[in-house]
Amino acid sequence: MERINQRLGVLSALPVVVFLAAGFLAPLCVVAAFSIMPQKVFSLANLPDFSSYALMIQEGYWESLLVSLAMAFAATFILFVICWPLAFAMAKVFGRFTLVLTIGVVMTLFVSENIRLFGWVLTLMKGGLIEGYWRSWTGQSFDGLLYNVPVIIFGLVYVYLPFMLFPLAQGIAMVPDDARQAAFDLGANRWQIFREVELPLSAPGIAVGCLITFVLTAGAIAESKLLGGRAVIVISDEIERSFTYGQNWPLGSALAMTLIAVVGSFAIFGVTRIDLDAIMGRKR
Amino acid sequence: MNIAAPVRLPAGKADLSRQAEALRPTHMNAQPILRVVDLKKTFDGFTALDSVNLTVDDGEFLAIVGPSGSGKTTLIRLLVGMEEQTSGEIWLRDSRIDNVPANKRPTCMVFQSLALFPHRSVGENIEFPLKIRGVDPALRRARALELLDLVRLPQHYYGKRIQQCSGGERQRVALARALAFDPEILFFDEPLSALDFRLRKMLEKELKDLHQRTGKTFIYITHSLEEAMVMSDRIAIMRSGRFEQLGPAEEIYAKPKSRFVAEFMGEVNLFRANGNGGTVSFEHVTVDPAAAAKRGLRPGFSGDLMARPESVRLLKPGERADVMATGIVESEYLLGSRVQYLVRLASGYKVTVELSRENRVTWEPGQSMGVGFDLDRAHLIQEA
Repeated sequence: MERINQRLGVLSALPVVVFLAAGFLAPLCVVAAFSIMPQKVFSLANLPDFSSYALMIQEGYWESLLVSLAMAFAATFILFVICWPLAFAMAKVFGRFTLVLTIGVVMTLFVSENIRLFGWVLTLMKGGLIEGYWRSWTGQSFDGLLYNVPVIIFGLVYVYLPFMLFPLAQGIAMVPDDARQAAFDLGANRWQIFREVELPLSAPGIAVGCLITFVLTAGAIAESKLLGGRAVIVISDEIERSFTYGQNWPLGSALAMTLIAVVGSFAIFGVTRIDLDAIMGRKR
Repeated sequence: MNIAAPVRLPAGKADLSRQAEALRPTHMNAQPILRVVDLKKTFDGFTALDSVNLTVDDGEFLAIVGPSGSGKTTLIRLLVGMEEQTSGEIWLRDSRIDNVPANKRPTCMVFQSLALFPHRSVGENIEFPLKIRGVDPALRRARALELLDLVRLPQHYYGKRIQQCSGGERQRVALARALAFDPEILFFDEPLSALDFRLRKMLEKELKDLHQRTGKTFIYITHSLEEAMVMSDRIAIMRSGRFEQLGPAEEIYAKPKSRFVAEFMGEVNLFRANGNGGTVSFEHVTVDPAAAAKRGLRPGFSGDLMARPESVRLLKPGERADVMATGIVESEYLLGSRVQYLVRLASGYKVTVELSRENRVTWEPGQSMGVGFDLDRAHLIQEA
């Protein structure tokens, strides 16, 4: 019986395995292989070298990687700070209103990211909603609020809010009310309750939320293009340009591999430190 | 205003000797530690607590007993500061504390769920209140080990995870954590209710013992009368947001002020007085007029005659008692050292009789049997 079960398990997993191998693993391998090809070749039938990686360091592409990672860190941190109170309220205070809020936040995902960002462009640009009204009321003009690093981070925070909010709310819901009350009764103030009880007990939710937002924001491209203009160039932008305008597949591949390695190591570090079973409710 | 818990730092050995010195009768310094004046709490028009007045002596063990919904949990939550009263005052010694938040009150509570921190070890749980006060880690640890001793847990439990502890061990950890806070008053919200019978009995006695050794004031909420009787100095019976009766366990058991208390305090036989003029008479039973007069029962008494099952006896043929009736033995229950009989009277009323095992009688189904008791072993509940 057990052997049949095992065989059935392998059989039913097969389609997914094939799909993942062909659709996910194979392209990744191709990119990995191209990253060690000589410059500007379009075939894998060349002697491997590491010129792309060398170029990446020499030509300062790593700066774009640092910019992306820094903005991802900033956006993740800001999202954590602003989502915590809201997630807390959703998990513990709002009751039925939480459903309304959930639907509201999820609805924003139904509209394409680019369209929503264009909305912000129209709001923030020179001659847009804000500057336009300001000018008509005060007679003074200014340059608009676009094309700087803070506005890119604002865009990241705006777009990726649901990915932080829901895991956090999930995590906070796991903190038993009486553990918080007991801490309060035993003399802890609001901050101590947060640090000693809520933070550690909702850690799985926090880890999942931070990980998802960090991975997504590190690879984000639309925010810096639409809101940031030429203020900074993020790593995804460099990758895209190497493959298209630059016609240098090996360089693009090397950049992509580096991004995957860095973000992937963060992700693995995070995943090994959290108990996914706990957040899925399979055990207490 | 700073009435936060007097930060008595855990002073190692000195503290232990303080506890040893505390091996003394509980009412040595009978000065009120807690005073509750006209405390009232309403939730959306529903009165959960209806002007409760209470004075608790320093070092007392008070049990508050009542059926669910009687307001006992609301009362304890007001006293520890987790709810705000609608009106009334709470005084701890000389300071009014009803406007002080729970984390600033020198009281603490053992929760029904225990509310231990699952992500912390046994030792860290116990040390929690000390850590909050910023006590030095070495001192914290020393105090936690002392408390493990006090609640009779082995020292190596310090590093154990909460999930590895049994129900009874968790009780002790919760108790040790509350004691580490060193509260003026320690509250308990039915912490033993989830345990099995044997463990509960054992912990009841340990808790009473611990109360004596620490000399602290304990206020214990429960719906179980037995629990209250075993442990406490005084019992308060609650009913729909009020104290129905407050007094020593013995007094409440033997001299209840109302039918509610009488029935709540275990099995009881109650006979209502007949209001028909001339003589003193009660439903279901005949009362000897001479004995009634001697007891001071006047015609026109309105209320109930109460006899606990252990005050009632089965009458041998020809034997007399002040209060008598005849019925048919319906069933017999063996309670270990005691034995109970259920006797159905002609009127249909069932009298419970409890004898010690040596006095067990032989009976046959349907056999007629006399039951009776003397008035000096009965209690009269005067109708308000």
